[in-house]
Amino acid sequence: MPANKHESPGTYKPDPRFKIAHKEALIGVALAIFNFIWWYGFAYGLGSRPPEEYTYILGLPDWFFYSCVVGFILMSVIVIIITKYVLKEVPLDADPYADPNATTKEESPLK
Amino acid sequence: MNIQVILPLAIFLIAIFAIGFIASKQMSSTGGFLQEYFLGGRELGGFVLAMTMVATYGSASSFLGGPGTAYTVGFGWILLAMTQVVTGYFVLLILGKKFAILGRKYNAVTMIDFLKARYNSPAVAILSAIAIIIFLFSAMTAQWVGGGRLIESLTGLQYTTALFIFAISVLVYVTIGGFRAVALTDAVQGAIMVVGTLILLIGVIIAGGGVPAIMQDLLNENPRLVTPFGADGKLTAAYVSSFWILVGVGVVGLPQMAVRAMSYKSSRAMHRALVIGTIVTGFIMLNMHLIGVFARPVMPGITVGDKVIPLIALEVLPPWLAGIVLAAPMAAIMSTVDSLLLLVSSAIVKDVYLNFIKPEATEKRVKQISIGVTGILGIIVFLLALQPPDLLIFLNLFAFGGLEAAFIWPIVLGLYWKYGNKYGAILSMITGIASYIAIHFYNTTFGNLLGVHTVTIPVVLSLIAYIIGSLAIQRKAFRF
Repeated sequence: MPANKHESPGTYKPDPRFKIAHKEALIGVALAIFNFIWWYGFAYGLGSRPPEEYTYILGLPDWFFYSCVVGFILMSVIVIIITKYVLKEVPLDADPYADPNATTKEESPLK
Repeated sequence: MNIQVILPLAIFLIAIFAIGFIASKQMSSTGGFLQEYFLGGRELGGFVLAMTMVATYGSASSFLGGPGTAYTVGFGWILLAMTQVVTGYFVLLILGKKFAILGRKYNAVTMIDFLKARYNSPAVAILSAIAIIIFLFSAMTAQWVGGGRLIESLTGLQYTTALFIFAISVLVYVTIGGFRAVALTDAVQGAIMVVGTLILLIGVIIAGGGVPAIMQDLLNENPRLVTPFGADGKLTAAYVSSFWILVGVGVVGLPQMAVRAMSYKSSRAMHRALVIGTIVTGFIMLNMHLIGVFARPVMPGITVGDKVIPLIALEVLPPWLAGIVLAAPMAAIMSTVDSLLLLVSSAIVKDVYLNFIKPEATEKRVKQISIGVTGILGIIVFLLALQPPDLLIFLNLFAFGGLEAAFIWPIVLGLYWKYGNKYGAILSMITGIASYIAIHFYNTTFGNLLGVHTVTIPVVLSLIAYIIGSLAIQRKAFRF
């Protein structure tokens, strides 16, 4: 085990930063699911009508406008809000066990 | 071909060359040569990180092939292309901070370093290295051919000469500048893609007499062009949705993307890249594919898909502006090729040479080998691209989806599932690639199995293989 060679078994505590990382990965999954539903719902919900019934917004067919144009803008806005208010800044390398003199040559402690 | 078109292209090539050269001079010595050469010293800021991800991902197919298909198929293909918006936030959020933290902790320079440390297994490393070297080498050669053909068609030069110009401009800065040069030129190339697509979209809309007029022309020709189902009505919801895996969430498994998710400086940089990456990816994909569809009434009768963008640019824009716009697909190809070249080189130097052949090599030796391998690889690719062997073209078919099916679970579950182990990873990689190749042949012979893209089923199978392999042989929690 490369990660915990400095510890004895039983004292293992997961890095507290991982809790934040796990939450943010779940946010990523949730965003993708929401994005898919929005994209699919408008595209095939509105787009399955016969073309004569389409209305046009800014010249584009309505299903496309909502699914792809609004969908894209909406996702961008959500990503902006989430990065601003939800995601947390954590130090990436302040590892309590890290050897400050480590160089790439001794890369992983595996060998 | 008009000199006014060639001039902006030539300026573009010289500028890229200069930026790469300057970047190579900035290589710092802190943190060791390998980190610097293959990972830019983990110092990328938000803007460069976003742009290098978008530009590496956006290749010839986003700028030539995709819009060409949109021209034939209509709005259904733009719908398909927009599945790519998800890559802008998904890759960075999923690999996220945990990948960056563990990458630093394990001192990983490549994706394979991470896998090797996580699974504590040389077999995982060697299997991954073989997959990356074979598949990405083929993918890279295919892109070089695309780059050469593009210069050929734009300038009227012979293919060999065109390829030579392309090879020299990429090879020099990648070889001497490494990752930092690749990322910085990617940033410039990404910016050119954004500006180029916008100019061309406006040009096409004006030439078509406005969006409503273009739409009326499309409706008059074939109303199905404005539906999600394609010009012949055969584009099914299941097939289009399966691209969410191929060009959407599955991109997490591509080594060239994963390595970028270890390269950023701070979590602030990652946050900025999330926003910029999402906006830029969506903007480029939406614009390019709209251009493809809008080009249809403006210039009917184009039969070769890859020629739609060059022809429409020359048709609707003044020559000098067309030259600037056509630097965009050029930039897209170059920015993909440079990343792949460096990645294959890192797999050979770091993952094979240093891991298995000569772990005790000195810093100086590593430097010589890195630069040497990168240069020699480039020369081999150039020679192969002169007359690509059939085997290479064949392997390229699996490069994208095959690598996704192989790596997605070993990376993602390796990060988040403590019971994942080397047996699961090995089984998952083998299952992913083997089933991808098998289903590819099934689909080309009998039509798409279950009506979805080839990548779908292998991704599911490799997930099952990962879970079974991990739990069946040795159930033991991993401590990150």
